[in-house]
Amino acid sequence: MPSSYIPIFIFLAVAILFPIVLIVVAKLVRPSAPFLTKLEAYECGIKAASNSRGRYTVRFYIIAILFVIFDVETIFLFPWAVRYKQLGWFGVSEVGVFLVFLVIGYLWAYKKGALEWI
Amino acid sequence: MLDAVFFYTFALMTLTGAVLTITRKSAVHSAIWLIVSLLGVAGLYLLQQAEFLFAVQIVLYIGGIMVLFLFVIMLVNLDEAAKQRQFNNQRWIALGCAVIVGAEILYVLAKGTASLSLPAPAAAPAAGGNTEQIAVSLFRDYLLPFEAASLLLLAAIVGSVIMAKRRA
Repeated sequence: MPSSYIPIFIFLAVAILFPIVLIVVAKLVRPSAPFLTKLEAYECGIKAASNSRGRYTVRFYIIAILFVIFDVETIFLFPWAVRYKQLGWFGVSEVGVFLVFLVIGYLWAYKKGALEWI
Repeated sequence: MLDAVFFYTFALMTLTGAVLTITRKSAVHSAIWLIVSLLGVAGLYLLQQAEFLFAVQIVLYIGGIMVLFLFVIMLVNLDEAAKQRQFNNQRWIALGCAVIVGAEILYVLAKGTASLSLPAPAAAPAAGGNTEQIAVSLFRDYLLPFEAASLLLLAAIVGSVIMAKRRA
């Protein structure tokens, strides 16, 4: 692995250590007075209407599927972006054709009302 | 030396994540530990100088597939799922499989790496990294398959929208 990745791992280490240190320090400093009401879910001060672990509507799912599809598209664009200069206009037109198909798909899904919240 | 430290860190991360994924009671916790495990695998890809696979692992698996997993978990009724038994009665079959796999691993370990006919390791790319090489081969040599992939993705969009809309 190239050593140029070492800053990223310093970031990773700090990101992992920071919450651990915060939790430990908070545990040492804070007073401890547990009672049952503190464990209830906070819902703008009124009593919680229902269990927060309930089921989500299936409409979220279609958005998740479309997200994954466009995620795959992004990963195809990634090598093009890395070699953008060398590929030149040939690469631009190639990716253009690639994107036209996907924009057609996006517009079709949009017209079909797949992204609407009815 | 530094590579070995990173390798063992990522290997430990992958295995710990995998074990915790199958032992947690809450499905959401399992999914989060699976992310940790996949992150460890991403690190192993990076150690093998496969930067593009590293990006794919982060963007697609951790970003995309895990979103799908979490949505499925939240769509099903978790309370009902938690009441069901987590382990079934196939433990003897599982034990048999584990013994066979363990014996295979021990056999290979005893014979050493010399018994394996490994292909010669791929030479490091001459210019630029792994991603640049993929860019050149994807946009020069495999032009048509790349454009065909967009049609495949279009079909996926159409299929998913039709299937999900019919039920909603």
